[in-house]
Amino acid sequence: MDNTKYRIHFIVNGKDVDIEVDASEMLADVLRERLGLIGTKIGCNEAECGACTVIINGKPILSCTYPAVRANGKTILTIEGLAKETEEGICLHPLQEAFIKHGAVQCGFCIPGQIMTSYALLQENPSPSDEEIRYALKDTLCRCGSYPSIERAIHSAEEAMRTGKSVISPKVDDSIRAKNIIGHSHVRPEAMDKVTGKALYTDDLKFPGMLIGVTKRSGVPHGIITKLNVDAARKVPGVVVVLTAEDIPGQINHGLVIQDWPTLVGIGQKVRYVGDAIAIVAAETKEAAEEALDKIEVDYQLLPVITSAVQANEPGVEKIHESGNLLKHIKVRKGDIEKGFEESDVIIERTFHTGIVDHAFIEPECSIARVTEDGRIEVYVGSQIPYQDRSQIAAVMNMPEDRIRVKGMMIGGGFGGKEDIMGQIHAALLAWKTKRPVKILYDRHESLVVHPKRHATQITVKMGAKRDGTLVAVKTELYGDTGAYASLGEKVMTRATTHSTGPYTIPHVKADCFAMYTNNPPAGAFRGFGVLQSAFAIETTIDELAETLGIHPVEIRLKNALKVGSVTNTGQLLKDSVGLVECIDKTWAEMQRLGGDEPFKAKIDPQNPNLVRAWGLAVAFKNTGLGGGAPDKAGAEVELYPDGVVEVRTSSAELGQGLVTVLQLIAAEELGLKTKDVKVYLSDTDKTPDGGPTTASRQTYVTGNAVKGAATALRDAITSVLAEHFDIAPDKIKYIEGLAQVGEQNVTFGEIAHLMQHEGKSLIASYEYWAPKTMPLGEGGDMHFVYSYAAQAAEVEVNSITGEVKVLHVISANDVGTAINPLGLKGQVEGGVVMGLGNALTERFIVKDGYVITDRLAKYRIPSIAVTPEITSIIVEHPAGEGPFGAKGVGEVVSIPTTPAITNAIYNAVGIRVRSLPVDQELIASEINGFQIGG
Amino acid sequence: MSIYHSITLPDSLDNLSAVLKTAPENTRILAGGTDILLELKQDIEPSIDLMVDVTSIPEMQRIEERDDQIFIGAAAPLSTIASSALINKYAQALQEACRLIGGPQVRNVATLGGNVAHALPAADGSISLLSLDASAEVLGSNGITTRKLSELYLGPGKTALLPKEVIIGFAVKKTGIGQASAFKRIMRPQGVALPILNTAIWLERDGLSIHSIRIAIGPGGPIPTRGTAAELFLIGKNPKEKIVDEAAEILLGCIKLRTSAQRASAAYRKHLCVQLFKDVLWEAWSRSEMKNS
Repeated sequence: MDNTKYRIHFIVNGKDVDIEVDASEMLADVLRERLGLIGTKIGCNEAECGACTVIINGKPILSCTYPAVRANGKTILTIEGLAKETEEGICLHPLQEAFIKHGAVQCGFCIPGQIMTSYALLQENPSPSDEEIRYALKDTLCRCGSYPSIERAIHSAEEAMRTGKSVISPKVDDSIRAKNIIGHSHVRPEAMDKVTGKALYTDDLKFPGMLIGVTKRSGVPHGIITKLNVDAARKVPGVVVVLTAEDIPGQINHGLVIQDWPTLVGIGQKVRYVGDAIAIVAAETKEAAEEALDKIEVDYQLLPVITSAVQANEPGVEKIHESGNLLKHIKVRKGDIEKGFEESDVIIERTFHTGIVDHAFIEPECSIARVTEDGRIEVYVGSQIPYQDRSQIAAVMNMPEDRIRVKGMMIGGGFGGKEDIMGQIHAALLAWKTKRPVKILYDRHESLVVHPKRHATQITVKMGAKRDGTLVAVKTELYGDTGAYASLGEKVMTRATTHSTGPYTIPHVKADCFAMYTNNPPAGAFRGFGVLQSAFAIETTIDELAETLGIHPVEIRLKNALKVGSVTNTGQLLKDSVGLVECIDKTWAEMQRLGGDEPFKAKIDPQNPNLVRAWGLAVAFKNTGLGGGAPDKAGAEVELYPDGVVEVRTSSAELGQGLVTVLQLIAAEELGLKTKDVKVYLSDTDKTPDGGPTTASRQTYVTGNAVKGAATALRDAITSVLAEHFDIAPDKIKYIEGLAQVGEQNVTFGEIAHLMQHEGKSLIASYEYWAPKTMPLGEGGDMHFVYSYAAQAAEVEVNSITGEVKVLHVISANDVGTAINPLGLKGQVEGGVVMGLGNALTERFIVKDGYVITDRLAKYRIPSIAVTPEITSIIVEHPAGEGPFGAKGVGEVVSIPTTPAITNAIYNAVGIRVRSLPVDQELIASEINGFQIGG
Repeated sequence: MSIYHSITLPDSLDNLSAVLKTAPENTRILAGGTDILLELKQDIEPSIDLMVDVTSIPEMQRIEERDDQIFIGAAAPLSTIASSALINKYAQALQEACRLIGGPQVRNVATLGGNVAHALPAADGSISLLSLDASAEVLGSNGITTRKLSELYLGPGKTALLPKEVIIGFAVKKTGIGQASAFKRIMRPQGVALPILNTAIWLERDGLSIHSIRIAIGPGGPIPTRGTAAELFLIGKNPKEKIVDEAAEILLGCIKLRTSAQRASAAYRKHLCVQLFKDVLWEAWSRSEMKNS
């Protein structure tokens, strides 16, 4: 039956719109696809995330589930209508200004929804309380966890609106090593586009004649394809092409480390999880494409399903890959473990379980591919590793890499989840075949089912110590579920293993990890890279040891903490930049200030005796950089333009973490420029040198150094030209406030550019930075070139009747080397805590017999503003020898100790040990109140 | 394939009646759409020929006093109910429930009619209405009839409404002097946003004893359920500790608490039910005292 069309009329952003819509067309699609108002984002398309919020007749509404016909006669305001265009340029709404100034904008994808929801709140309630803000923004999700800064931004905007003054910037402490530019707070250069709805994410791009690409998924967790018939699908009107494995011109498999992941699974081949791709369709419309999917016939010979890493390692079970189920047995050895336990006065052994966790970036995966006039393939994608996307696409397309261009778009959150290939190759295949642009956009369901996740683990810790709390021996055994394909599983579980004994000096260590294939969705990189899981195990065990020995949790950690001069469990002598003790000291001092002399003691709420509060503590460390012997390098270019603007170019990804700002500041510092005169252009394999993967908290350090090197080279080139031209000694030339001071004379960068051009000198300087060499695991020496350290303390409130847990306050102290941009750093610290809290309390990704149960955002809950605690950030700065200005990685370590800090606090409050994640309030209630679950 | 093929937005009850008379077999009523549109989008429900959108009918948007009753339009957004002074004064349990359903954006379109017609046994709106002894005005082929709320449910997610019947609104008796109501629920932070358990209580006090009481529990059975035996037990009694403990035991005996995968075990629900019942009873009892003076 055909869709009935309706002519409707409404006002959007003050403009009349008269348009014909389909009966079931939703307003978000009309705004985005028909009216080009791409500032309204679709994150889940199931009324959960709030990204699509627009104002209709004064009320915030989710436009993804609002039939467009209902908008007839109404007045709509979208993010594009908030700022005023004036003769002097764009005049931002105070909310937009405040979101920028407070660093509330990170990846930016949820920001239109956040701002529109906040706008509606302020229209109704001009000076809302914290509680009212949290009530109004409860269902507008931000995966970067910007909630604290969003709250501050709303207050600040509200104050500006009341007083008529401009929005006041927050006070954030400068770095102790602040220079002219770096170490002071700066707003992100791309924030302006993100608050006005102009920022382009992949799904916002339009090309004439663009087709919609969709993917047929296996839907079964393990089996062999016995029949595959796409004839009926090809005949669906509007379908342009249907491709199967037979149509792949080159290598079938792709993969970041091991190429074990089939781009399409063909007849006679194995599917290994429910998200395996069987066929791809390109069609004129989404409806036609989806109808074709339904008409693809596939039969399987089903195979037994392996559902856990432990099961996968049992003898005689079904083999998922020809090589078997063991991806890697990872070993760490130090000293003599048996001797260590013999020397120990006390030994405890505990086993922990952590579940699968999804990245749930608000922007789902999207790839657009097109064939250019000169016969090359261009792929537009928000990718964490553009150059490896390129090589993987080239291998499957059987084309030289230089025939492929990967162009990075804005990324609406990554967190490690946008490192693997998703639709990139499929889009390239379809575009190549059809010679038309093809867009593959995953919906939330497909995203949840298909992409690699955080590894589920089982971790056993056996810990031996002297009576005074000195650690003598720690033995760990880890099982990691890497799912159907390797992705970065080996690397992730290696990090989990080497960090599994915590940031402590231990003479005798034995760690064994079994990274196993299963028929669950693949697991790969996720902020923390395996260390979240092992930190939960080791930090719980050390609290238990402290209790057994009657030693204070702070004392036992300080006694064993890594310091300069310590040797890690992999045999690395730590030569500098070990700020762990300072992190612990400062966290403890703040904990006492907030919680009194005995913050670990349970306190009962005098108003409600069911509520019990206590603090818990945990510490962590995390490597910066790839390490383990992997060459770790980044390239960057810096170009001076005739208008005096400098452009920094590198292929490194801005996922919301603030890399653009960091690179801008570093270049500005080196060249003595103002930040406004430094532009950053990222992730274009035709135009930007490879910055390496945006992973392992490495970009500030590695690409930061590359940019620093390139900027220094450009400065040196300029200096030599100026010295010659003005006949002055090079050391008499200074770069201050965007000018070169040559003796008594000031020269602008525009003039410098002309001068250099005139002299035939290049305006481009490039630099390739190689991070210090590291050693493979097992060979001793420096496995990593530097580590970041952290301590966190959480205050929880447990309802002893219901078992409900609320986190009230988190103190987060992080040794970051040098705070390049303290404002951006604050966002990373707070967001890391929020994400860690999700890992502990709200997120439970359920796979049953290989089938994904939590296949909608409605079933998989990421933290909202309503559960966000107060967060106190403490910055500790022990400079990293070779880091740019002493900086080292921060993206991951800020999220690692949160979970054990919370679970240790739960124990301190009500005496229940959490050994399985996420925290189960039912289990807490049953243990306190003595009822049997399942009764 | 579209999730529905055509849509009509009648602007009066008369037009609605006319539309329904000629509507095809495969017709559905669309109120806020916060449940049904998702079910259609996610292929949980087959596609529909005609959607009858009832959000443009003024009679169904009203919240007003009608003698000793409050009328709540079935298509009034929950946010309107939550902020209504009338509801705050005369139907507090309903207001508390409406404040908790979904998030602010969802409440701006979601409706009480949809909440009841969706027929989930723990729907916050249904449970609070049940405690308030609400009746529903239903437009059908014979015009508008009044039905008891409890007659609208067949089972979990199964409404007793015929496909072309529409709830126009709900009528609840105003809580008067000595009367009060309260609503609370307990959630878990993971998984679907359905309560583990919710409870609404309306009561009338007579000095230090309960004169009349209605206790609604969700999910206390396949449909929104009353704790009738516990209600009878409490009449004429002062709800002090021992009496409340006994009432809670009776309550557990007259409702069915079951295990739902990934949400709660029956044992946990039993444990919570006692506490929730005590909390809500105490709240309603305290409020009725204040209303007395």
